[in-house]
Amino acid sequence: MLLIPCPWCGPRDEAEFGYGGQAHVPYPQDPAALSDREWARYLFFRDNPKGPHAERWCHSAGCRRWFNAVRNTATNEVLAVYRVGEPRPVTG
Amino acid sequence: MVEHVEKHSPLGGFAARLAAATRASGGAVRLAELPFLTQVNVRLDAKGPAADAVRLALGIPLPVAPNTMVRGGGLAALWLGPDEWLVVGPPGTASGLEARLRGAVGGTHAAVTDVSAQRTALLVAGPRSRDLLAHGTSLDLHPRSFGPGRCAQTLLARAQVVLAARDERRPGFWLLVRSSFAGYLAEWLLDAAVEYAEPPS
Ligand SMILES: [Zn+2]
Repeated sequence: MLLIPCPWCGPRDEAEFGYGGQAHVPYPQDPAALSDREWARYLFFRDNPKGPHAERWCHSAGCRRWFNAVRNTATNEVLAVYRVGEPRPVTG
Repeated sequence: MVEHVEKHSPLGGFAARLAAATRASGGAVRLAELPFLTQVNVRLDAKGPAADAVRLALGIPLPVAPNTMVRGGGLAALWLGPDEWLVVGPPGTASGLEARLRGAVGGTHAAVTDVSAQRTALLVAGPRSRDLLAHGTSLDLHPRSFGPGRCAQTLLARAQVVLAARDERRPGFWLLVRSSFAGYLAEWLLDAAVEYAEPPS
């Protein structure tokens, strides 16, 4: 069980959170102008690193806010959490 | 024609069993429903003029520190999120409280919603109340981290609840739970309280 530090509420049990996939995937400026290939790339293709990964989480059973976390996918260590709109912090 | 409409609280049918568990524990835990509390959900910009107007209208501020509660004048304002609060008042005051809040926020970008029927409240008090709740939540309830004035939305026995620590000297909590989960949670509390029943003499 992970202990995830919500940027608002502090450390809470993983069961209180929902996972929202990779963070910082911008919505296309002009979706209609994309080719099928580009659209599919936006919809379905995500990074799959072994190590630090910036991802979205929602504290759904708590304050119900979305936020971002950098999690080491190999160790499950949460290296940083930051609020929506804040830049990804530098992590070791 | 309906001549008399009787109000039923979600845990009205549990009153006797909650009282029996309280008696059986010899005062170690106290369980009771606090039915029909007024609850108004408020959403607004904490840094905007509406927050000040609400403070003047209620006589208490909407707390800006996460997971805290401010009490005064028979009301409690619980932090639910950076732009969301729950204002709790005595039974039967919903329309007045809602009107006061609506008048305060005026035409600003805000929402005031009477959600009194959404949840009912339970009193979980007594010297073993922290131990009782600890059976079902991972939240650290030690007075150091969850003392008077603290509140939290969290999971208790997998049910979503709002938990608030009372200001009184004796340990105790308010537990707000959605009406449809109230029966389940009351059964869970009664089961967890068995451990604190005094052995028959
Ligand atoms: Zn939170």
